[in-house]
Amino acid sequence: MDSVTLIAMASIIGAGLTMAIGSIGPALGEGRAVQQALSAIAQQPDERNTLQRTLYVSLAMIESIAIYCFVISMILIFANPFWAHVIAK
Amino acid sequence: MEILQSNQISPDQIIIWHWWFITVNATMLYTWLIMLILVGGSWLVTRRVSSQIRISRWQNFLESVVTILRDQIREVSQDEPDKYLAYIGTLFLFIGLSNLLTIMPGYVAPTASLTTTAALAISVFFAVPLYGITKQGLKRYFKEYFQPTFIFFPFHIMGEISRTLALAIRLFGNIMSHDKVIGILLAVTPLFFPIIMQALGLLIGLVQAYIFAILAMVYIASASQTHEQAHE
Repeated sequence: MDSVTLIAMASIIGAGLTMAIGSIGPALGEGRAVQQALSAIAQQPDERNTLQRTLYVSLAMIESIAIYCFVISMILIFANPFWAHVIAK
Repeated sequence: MEILQSNQISPDQIIIWHWWFITVNATMLYTWLIMLILVGGSWLVTRRVSSQIRISRWQNFLESVVTILRDQIREVSQDEPDKYLAYIGTLFLFIGLSNLLTIMPGYVAPTASLTTTAALAISVFFAVPLYGITKQGLKRYFKEYFQPTFIFFPFHIMGEISRTLALAIRLFGNIMSHDKVIGILLAVTPLFFPIIMQALGLLIGLVQAYIFAILAMVYIASASQTHEQAHE
């Protein structure tokens, strides 16, 4: 198996595994955050604005971990430096 | 969206004009376009500002935007919002407009390039000490870095740097990945699904603009408030 095939295979498998495993954690975390926020809103409906805003900010921070994984897999597929180097030879 | 090919992930790679050492790429062109729309539009609307009951609908729109921003800043910072309104409002309006215009054909959002988002995040990185020092004075602000014990200084520095990095990557990742996903979907299921994804992209773009502005406000507020709250 020459290096071109090996690099292509490793990039594709890496991109797929990154996205698959990397989205488990943030999804579970966001579910728990929303669960707590909903029960807090149900207990104190007048604080809804503060709770909603805090919820959105927290969801964005948790989501950013999944975004990091997505960026890595996009780079592996579309802007792969190793692939560009090996194709240029 | 069509001017970005599938093997390019950033609008920096689209060179529009090249002369000696000056290159104009798509990021710069669209950044200047958004600046033109924001500044030119606001100037056109505020040429005839009236304080009567009947105002033009554009003035009404601008007033509602400013009021919403001021309320949000006042809630987050527990302080009068006018000091922060210029900076936070500019962040929100620039990122919001650049993400909203993605439904125009032939347009690539400048926030889909890591250079723009890194520049915005670095401006937040410098704005936080600036606001903190003008509010508290140099010594009290820097004493905060050594606060629980002396050893915490490198952790505070690393925390600041990683916060800045996270701001840049979050905005870049959301906008760039959405453009790419729509491009891929156009190859797979052409007719209706990409339209739904573009609508989702508008929502994501506005939420990310709001998140960026609110996080910048939270960092500024936490840097300029801890002493007052600690001494109360």
